[in-house]
Amino acid sequence: MKPAAFRYFAPRTLDEALALLAEHGEEGKVLAGGQSLVPAMNFRLARPASLIDINRVAGLDYVREQDGILRIGALARHARFERPVAGGALAALLPRVARHIAHWPIRVRGTFAGSLAHADPASEWCLIAATLDAELAIASRRGTRTVRPSEYFVAALTTALAEDELLTEIRLPLLDRRWRTGFAEFSRRAGDYGLAICAAFLRIEQGRIAEARVGVGGAADRPSRIAAAEQLLIGSDGGNTVRREAGRIAAQAIEPLEDVQASAAFRRDLVQAMVERALAQACGS
Amino acid sequence: MTDRIDVTFTVNGRTRTIRVEPRRTLADALREECGLTGTHLGCEHGVCGACTVLVEGEPVRSCLMFAVQAEGMRVRTVEGLAEGDALHPLQQAFWDHHGLQCGFCTPGFLILAAGILENNPAVEEAELRESLSANLCRCTGYQNILKAVLAAAAGMGKLK
Amino acid sequence: MSWVGRRLPRYEDPVLLRGQGSYVADLARGARILRFVRSPAARGRILGIAAPPGAQVITAADLDGVGPLCPRLNRPDYVPIAQPLLAKDRVTYVGEAIAAVLADTAAAAEDLADGIAVEIAAEAPVVTLDEALAPGASLVHDRAANNTVIDARFETGDVAAAFASADRIIEFAFLSHRQAAMPLEPRGALAACDPATRRVTLTASTQAPHILRTGIADILGMPEADLRVIAPDVGGGFGQKMALPPEYVVAVWAARHFGGAVVWLEDRLENLTAAFHARDQRLALRGAFARDGALLALDADILCNVGAYSNYPVTSGVEPLMALAELPGPYAVRNYRVRARGIATNTCPMAPYRGVSRPVITAAMERLMECAAASLGRDALEVRRRNLITSFPCISATGIVHDGGSYREAMEKAAEVVDVAGFRARQRAARAEGRHLGLGFSVFAERTGYGTPAFAARRMEITPGFERVELVMDPSGSVEARIGSSPHGQGLKTVLAQVLADEIGIRPDQIRVVAGDTDRTPYGWGTFASRSAVLAGGACKLAAMRLRERLATVAGQELEAAVSDIEIGDGRAAVRGTDLGIEIRQLARAAYHQSHRFPAIAETGLSAAATYDPPGTFSNACHVAIVEVDIATGGVAIERFVVVEDAGLLLNPMIVDGQIHGGVAQGIANALYEEVVYDGDGNALTGSLADYLVPTLAEIPGIEIHHLETITEASVTGAKGVGEGGAIGAPAAVLNAVADALQPFGVGIFAMPITPQRILGLLRQNRSPS
Repeated sequence: MKPAAFRYFAPRTLDEALALLAEHGEEGKVLAGGQSLVPAMNFRLARPASLIDINRVAGLDYVREQDGILRIGALARHARFERPVAGGALAALLPRVARHIAHWPIRVRGTFAGSLAHADPASEWCLIAATLDAELAIASRRGTRTVRPSEYFVAALTTALAEDELLTEIRLPLLDRRWRTGFAEFSRRAGDYGLAICAAFLRIEQGRIAEARVGVGGAADRPSRIAAAEQLLIGSDGGNTVRREAGRIAAQAIEPLEDVQASAAFRRDLVQAMVERALAQACGS
Repeated sequence: MTDRIDVTFTVNGRTRTIRVEPRRTLADALREECGLTGTHLGCEHGVCGACTVLVEGEPVRSCLMFAVQAEGMRVRTVEGLAEGDALHPLQQAFWDHHGLQCGFCTPGFLILAAGILENNPAVEEAELRESLSANLCRCTGYQNILKAVLAAAAGMGKLK
Repeated sequence: MSWVGRRLPRYEDPVLLRGQGSYVADLARGARILRFVRSPAARGRILGIAAPPGAQVITAADLDGVGPLCPRLNRPDYVPIAQPLLAKDRVTYVGEAIAAVLADTAAAAEDLADGIAVEIAAEAPVVTLDEALAPGASLVHDRAANNTVIDARFETGDVAAAFASADRIIEFAFLSHRQAAMPLEPRGALAACDPATRRVTLTASTQAPHILRTGIADILGMPEADLRVIAPDVGGGFGQKMALPPEYVVAVWAARHFGGAVVWLEDRLENLTAAFHARDQRLALRGAFARDGALLALDADILCNVGAYSNYPVTSGVEPLMALAELPGPYAVRNYRVRARGIATNTCPMAPYRGVSRPVITAAMERLMECAAASLGRDALEVRRRNLITSFPCISATGIVHDGGSYREAMEKAAEVVDVAGFRARQRAARAEGRHLGLGFSVFAERTGYGTPAFAARRMEITPGFERVELVMDPSGSVEARIGSSPHGQGLKTVLAQVLADEIGIRPDQIRVVAGDTDRTPYGWGTFASRSAVLAGGACKLAAMRLRERLATVAGQELEAAVSDIEIGDGRAAVRGTDLGIEIRQLARAAYHQSHRFPAIAETGLSAAATYDPPGTFSNACHVAIVEVDIATGGVAIERFVVVEDAGLLLNPMIVDGQIHGGVAQGIANALYEEVVYDGDGNALTGSLADYLVPTLAEIPGIEIHHLETITEASVTGAKGVGEGGAIGAPAAVLNAVADALQPFGVGIFAMPITPQRILGLLRQNRSPS
């Protein structure tokens, strides 16, 4: 179980990296944390002819708050998020989410941006990005652009990134303290990919839900917000019945994946349970 | 065939330069080029943790890192735990508490536990249960691994 | 004070803790790498194999006249199936080796293997038991009609009459999905051919070096003397490494053919898909019960999906025959009818895995006890009490002698430890809050430490069983013990040193146990079937008694006393009732360097040997699991796990506990997590540890162990085997606990692993509590 041969490049600057991508991107791959790419290479499921290792590119490993936005650089590792990196509603949530990502030795290497570039349907960060409608900054020799998750996630392991492009920064809106959060994930073992994951963000005003973001991951080919469930929640008190109904709506809204771990029917059941649980947390009950 | 690359890094305090193909994983380089066969390969896809080593003081799967990526870095393997004849407190605790049977997962668990204890001022049992779940053992049912790490942590004044 | 019974830390450990262990892969520097090209198709005809020019490739054509591998039972209901070392004209399962390549590095070997194009005319495979047994099903092997490779039947008593007179008949089908042993070290074999002598040294990850030598020498047509097999440190085996893999034979062939050293290091994908599997079984079970809970008769139809080939030496009969012989377990049923079949399919072959059938049959029997109790409106412990064997020795329905144990006592003790009444109150309170707790018992007896008579009853062409030990005390008074058995990580050397030390009168650190080297050890059978402590331990004890007599002879002469007055212990020989004594090391020195003075031991010197071949002894246990089932997700969390174990005299309680811990964890895996999955085309879908779910520390609860010690005369050390019990008992306890938790929903738990998906599937059929 050894990888096929490849050419190795270790650029020191973003410009160098983008130049290398322009030259080799077609048959090459960006190596960041490598925690998904290298297993695939060891199994020879991935055989990039070139690897552009961005780990030595200076200045990409930042996580900082700026103008109400949490900016996450391309080399910020999962482990960085185990301790609070942001104020507001995300302060407590991100560490909880981070601890669901595999195990510590994986989190030491793996990166937030790498997860988004890989776009595994069960990625927690992809779900958070999708639910918060993050802004994704993308660069290439041709210039820079930003996209939203709704256009970015195309299918399982497929994104809107072109072969010469690098995902350079993820911008999460910093939610203020009026937002309450919930996160629930079901996996078979500790650290396994979630078979269903829900992230819920509710802004509550005078006992009523004023704004809602409910995202589901792990269950379909890409993470998505469940608009119908959000609509149902807005204006409600977030009680038991409405939460259950929101779960039911979410379970019906997704097009579930079927694989060796879970059938479609099982995934729908899990989505219902995870949505209910995330909402219950967000509602503080 | 791609060209071999010189890599200089520090393993257990000793600086080494090896020449490897880019596709050589850090695990294979430690075993083959450095002759440090205590780092074991149990799955080569990052799940079992038998190949766990410390890179810059933190535990990583050495099967998921290429040796060329370790250029200039400090790596610590199971061979770097004991000081001469004196076993590391974790090694001693694994011995005292029967924390190993076949011994194949043991280097990975020792290194993982060393990483946990060295990176935290103090740990409690629940945290240890969570962080030790990173590696697989097929012999012990984890009972005595947990017991050994708890004992070592207590002995090192690291138990909450 | 004796050494036996102490929690002595293991002599094996310091080397392993320092990362200085020697597993096969650690010894392979400089060897050429052997890599196999494996079948991507489950069934089909090989049309051609195309290799890039210059590649060093081995195919079946190169091996013409070598092989096949054909394990045999001497019984008419068994169909021997010959397995070519490399697939010849046909492929019969995904992962079957078709060709092999040699290269200087593992990566280069993989490059080469990738470059080999195998053209296969694929055919529709038979994957499941139902497909294999369907009328008109394609045959995996032409000579095995109905895809049946063994069809064993047994009947005793008057089963029909017992069923006719029964108050209640309980009947269900019980399904066990396929599991893999998954030793953390995959298999591996390093074969080095000495250019001068042509002798080959095979260093292999194995539980049975002598059997390996015999098997390989037979297949390659070479004298066993020309092959040395070494088992270095072995990273777990659990049965998978007792069978002879064709890959090891090819490695030896390649070393002889090409010269030099050749190594095959299995990777995890190969291990999960192409090493041996186990436990793919379906039981149709019927129990006839009287109103008072007495089990009047048992009727079983057992089907084992044994895959495409047999395994050497115990054959594909090992699972069905074990199930047939041991289904009644600890229960005294007199009327028993069973049919046990091994069914060939286009899947990876089966081999022994910790417990061999007994995890499955115990789960089925323990579900039977629970279902009978529920149906009769009786307490399930009461039903077990009514049926457990309590007077010993007892000859079972299949003629096996239960030598003595604490079947009932273990259960009563376990019930007391978990406080059943207290649990029921807690369970009621939890149910009122919508939480579903369950309590599950598992009572079993495990035949362990059996010698040739038990294996002969299976009519194996190769009948394992005895163990031999040779002891030599050197002039410094240290002892080398050469054993035929071969440990795979369980701490056997430490345990044997304890047994020997007590008997010889020296410290265990003065004893070197030599194992796993056919040049250095007497012929033996290795480690499997919970036998090593009993068999090798028994042989050690018998040999040590002889060595002790020789020491007493020398001491008697040195101390001018009658041999019968000599006491030996703590490194000294002394004349009873006096302060006259001499150190054992002085005796050793004298025996060697003044040998002319000791004609009485001229023949043997300070050496002794013994062979031990006992009938077997039953260990027993009761496992209890307390679980909580999340009915929204089907997730099962184990809150508490209790084991009351009777393994006879505990030679080293620390090591005994370690065996139980590991076995229970594998049993929990079997009950809840691990499953080898094939798709309809015979592709193994669980080829990684991300898909094949070996539990982590987060899934395995604390395991509480309590010991009972029934001292048996069936084992000279008093020890009973304990290697498999944990794995045998745990699944039943977990399954019963899940069933108990879900009792309000009226669902039946008759499958393992009982995964969240299966639980929700059952609940979906019956959503509302009845």
